[in-house]
Parts: sequence; C-alpha cells; structure tokens
Amino acid sequence: MQFGIFTVGDVTPDPTNGTTPSEHERIKAMVAIARKAEEVGLDVFATGEHHNPPFVPSSPTTMLGYIAARTERLILSTSTTLITTNDPVKIAEDFAMLQHLADGRVDLMLGRGNTGPVYPWFGQDIRQGIPLAIENYALLHQLWREDVVDWEGKFRTPLQGFTSTPRPLDGVAPFVWHGSIRSPEIAEQAAYYGDGFFANNIFWPKEHFIRLIDLYRRRFAHYGHGTPEQAVVGLGGQVFMRKNSQDAVREFRPYFDNAPVYGHGPSLEEFTEQTPLTVGSPQEVIDKTLTFRESFGDYQRQLFLMDHAGLPLKTVLEQLDLLGEEVVPVLRREFAAGRPAGVPAGPTHAALVARAAADADGAAQTGQRTGTDTLA
Amino acid sequence: MKPLHLVAVTAGLSQPSSTRLLADRLTTAAQRQLADAGRPVEVQVVELRELATAIAQHMVTGFPGTALRAALDAVTRADALIAVTPVFTASYSGLFKSFFDVLDNEALVDKPVLIAATGGTARHSLVLDHALRPLFGYLRAVTVPTGVYAASEDWGAAGDDRTDGLSERIDRAARQLAGLLVDAPPAPRQDDDEVVPFAQQLAAVRGA
Repeated sequence: MQFGIFTVGDVTPDPTNGTTPSEHERIKAMVAIARKAEEVGLDVFATGEHHNPPFVPSSPTTMLGYIAARTERLILSTSTTLITTNDPVKIAEDFAMLQHLADGRVDLMLGRGNTGPVYPWFGQDIRQGIPLAIENYALLHQLWREDVVDWEGKFRTPLQGFTSTPRPLDGVAPFVWHGSIRSPEIAEQAAYYGDGFFANNIFWPKEHFIRLIDLYRRRFAHYGHGTPEQAVVGLGGQVFMRKNSQDAVREFRPYFDNAPVYGHGPSLEEFTEQTPLTVGSPQEVIDKTLTFRESFGDYQRQLFLMDHAGLPLKTVLEQLDLLGEEVVPVLRREFAAGRPAGVPAGPTHAALVARAAADADGAAQTGQRTGTDTLA
Repeated sequence: MKPLHLVAVTAGLSQPSSTRLLADRLTTAAQRQLADAGRPVEVQVVELRELATAIAQHMVTGFPGTALRAALDAVTRADALIAVTPVFTASYSGLFKSFFDVLDNEALVDKPVLIAATGGTARHSLVLDHALRPLFGYLRAVTVPTGVYAASEDWGAAGDDRTDGLSERIDRAARQLAGLLVDAPPAPRQDDDEVVPFAQQLAAVRGA
C-alpha cells in the first residue's frame, strides 16, 4: 500500500490575513512540500496540470524532473495529466524522459480536464472529451510498447514509421492510472487495459464511488487481468489535523469556508459527514481512512490533498509531519493486517520490470512446451 | 399489478401553500382516473421548500446531499411527474428551475409530465406555455396537452360560459395524464451501471 499527497497547485489568498503567494513562491512551496513528503516517509507526490490562473503547474514533467533530482525514493506522479488536450506523442516522450532521469520513480494519472476553455485553447472540443481520452490513450499505449509506430486516427495527424524516444526505461512503460470523478467509460477504459483506476472521491459522497469502483473491479476481471480483488485502485482523501480536534476545526474553518470548489456551500460539519474530508486529531484521520477499505475493498494507493485553499507553507509542512509520523505508520500496519494474499502492492517500476521478465519467461516456457517459436 | 409510481414536485413556499393544494388536487384526480382503469398508483410528493438549501449546495459542490439524492432518484424512476410552481416575476420560481437544473438532463426523457402553476392573478396563465412547456420540451418529456393554472380567484369560483372551472380543468389534465400511462408501455429506466464495452468505444473513434 502506497501513501502520498496530491496537489492542485492553486494560488489562493490566505483568508486569515489576505496575503497571496506569488507564482514563484507557490512553485517553490510545491517543491518544498514534495521534498518534505519524502522526508516524512511518504511514497508518492503527484501534481495537477492546469492552464489557467490561479493555478501554476502547467508543466508537470519539468517540475517533477527537478524534484526527482532532489529526492531518492519518492514516486513522482500526476493528478492529472490531460489526455484530451496534450498531444499523446509529447506525453510519451516527456514521461519516458522523466522515467529515465528519475530511475523509474514515475507513474502518471490520466484525466480529461473539466475547464471548458482549455479545450479550444489547445485546439480541441470539450464535447469530444471521451473520444479524445480513448483515442489519445490508445496511441500513447502503443508508442510505449512498439518501437516503430504507424498510426492514423481522428484527432491528430497520422504517424508513419515514428519512434518515440527515449524508449521507456528497461522497456517497461510507466504505470498508468485513469482518474475519474463520474464517468463509467473511464472505469471501463482502465479495466480494459488492466491499468489502475483512481477515484478522486474527495468532493462526493462514497455511494457514488462504490458503484464506480465496483464496475472497474468487475470489468478488470472480465478482461482477464485477474480477480476483481486484484484490480489496482487509488483513492483521494483530504485532512487537516491538530493534536486536539477542536483546534483543528477552529484553525481550518476559515480555509474551508473560503476554499475554491466547495467554499460558501455546505458547512464544514456537513461536508465532513458526506465526504472523506477529516478535520480533527490524527486518530480521527486514521479511523476515517480505515473505513475506505470497508467501502471500496483493499486498495493500492492513498493520496491526501494537504496544501490548497491558501494554507501557508509552514502549516502544510506541519501537517506533513503529523501525517508522516503519526498517521501513515499506523495506516500501513492496519492496512497490512488482514490484507488478503492475492491483493497486489502499489505499483513500482521494479515490480513492473519483474512482471515483464516473468511474463517473458512464461511465454518462452510455454513456447518450449508446445514447440512453437515465440521469439519469431 | 405493480402500482404506477406518480411523483408530484411542488415549489410552493408558504405552509400550507396553494401550490401544494393544486398538486394534491392533481394527484388525487390522476389516482382516481387510473383506479378506474384498473391501475393502482403510489403517490410521492417532493416539497422543494424542504430541499432549498440542499439544492443551492448541490450547485456549489456539484453533488447532492442524501435527501436531495432521494428526491432526484424518485423523479428519475417515476412513471409520471406532476410539476407545480408558483409564478414569480413572470415565470416559474427560481427554486423550481434550480431543481430541474440539478436533475440529470436525461431523467425525464419519454416521461409523461403534467404541468401546473399558481398565481395571484389570471393574467399570468400563459406562463404554462411560455415557460414550463419549453422547459420540459428541452428535457424531452411528454408534456400533457392540458396544463392547469390556478389564480387566487379560481379557488372560489366556478367556470363560466367560455371557461371551464378549476375542477373541470384538473379532471381533464388528469384524464390526459392517465391516458398516456395506460396506453403507453413503461419508459425504459436508466441503469447507472450500464457500460458500453470498451471495444465498442474504441471502434466508434476509429470508425469515424
């Protein structure tokens, strides 16, 4: 089981004192937060991708490449990479390059993006969101697995004899998560390829995601990738902690009340009851996070949103100390206990390389037994 | 026989409201018509007043709370809908519109809908045809030809030589709604877990 953080990269005024970080300060703060994540023993740092203010992370692989050079163990990921408006050829190149620089500590989460104007700004049409996600990923998948690609589709110019360079590290493509909030089509896409499915459940009630994840697990088995329990599931979470629950609520309330996305809507109490948001003591965060397994089954990756809504960097770093020291060690222990044997661990490059080698071995042995030449 | 599920959505704000009163008159009349045709009916009334805050929060957060979710599901699953609004500023009320704004825009496809409105004066009666009918047309519902408008004066008046009274209009609308339900096969219900197999999605992109 992997634990980490994901960031939206918003530049939001601190509602308690009206100060707004500059873009430069926010970008450097994101790097500091990523380094802190490794320092406190988390496994994953993921950044969003946005192309409009008040968000800064328009160029995730640049940022992740810099963080890769300053970390040793942290897996670098995205939340999400826009599969609709980025050229899949450039995604293939950028993430393969990052994979080499980071010695394999890279995966990515694909999403469609829901900011209407971004589509025309990048020459696309939001009404084609699902078809773009399907066709672009089909090409990306092929570019990482076939050395020479001939390709023709609906949304980009054809490719004749194209090789995406660098080739993926050790011949193994970065692991892909498909992120979705509401679309069964994306759960189906993740299941079809045997990729991971990340349900960003932080703004919605769990009943909705139980249906979506259940669909993904059933279809993952349908396509022959394993049992439903072996499907690779990631979940979001959102927490604010202080030793005393009341202190956490008092300190976080102004940030909640003015937060982009859900501010000026439901009360903190209502939102806490209906969504994964936990504002309280580390023990309350542990208790709530452990309930996710009951709703969604044993899963592989838990990402927390820790740094939005104008929270100052100093506070976020304190939060990461609490998360890394008091929450995650307990969660690791509790999630490991009673985890059925067949449930896979969180995806790593080393595991993917080992699996590819095992698959090649298995194919060779099958070939010998049946007398066919699998190397042809 | 399985009872038909009839849902009335009413946007009256006072308690009791004439809008709720009209909704009750319409459900009772429809129930009676359908009973005569041998069809039992279950009636559920959705009072939007009780959901006003939840509807506003849905607009801000993008998801419905538990009570609103139940109301949206009831409307989606209903065999027929009776929709009643007070007239505010020459149209349906904002609360009434907001409820249908957060309803899935496929939820009413092929569903029989009886439209009705209340107002202080008969001068607003065309609100049925210039506001409510286009709204349900957009949602691709099957709107009953007779809509029922009740002005304050209607509650204490019979018809005259040129106009039917409120009771006659209610009965005619209910008869037309019942006719749509008795004659028509039940509308196919939405299945949340329905999924288009991926090969088909891929082929749709490649085939174009």
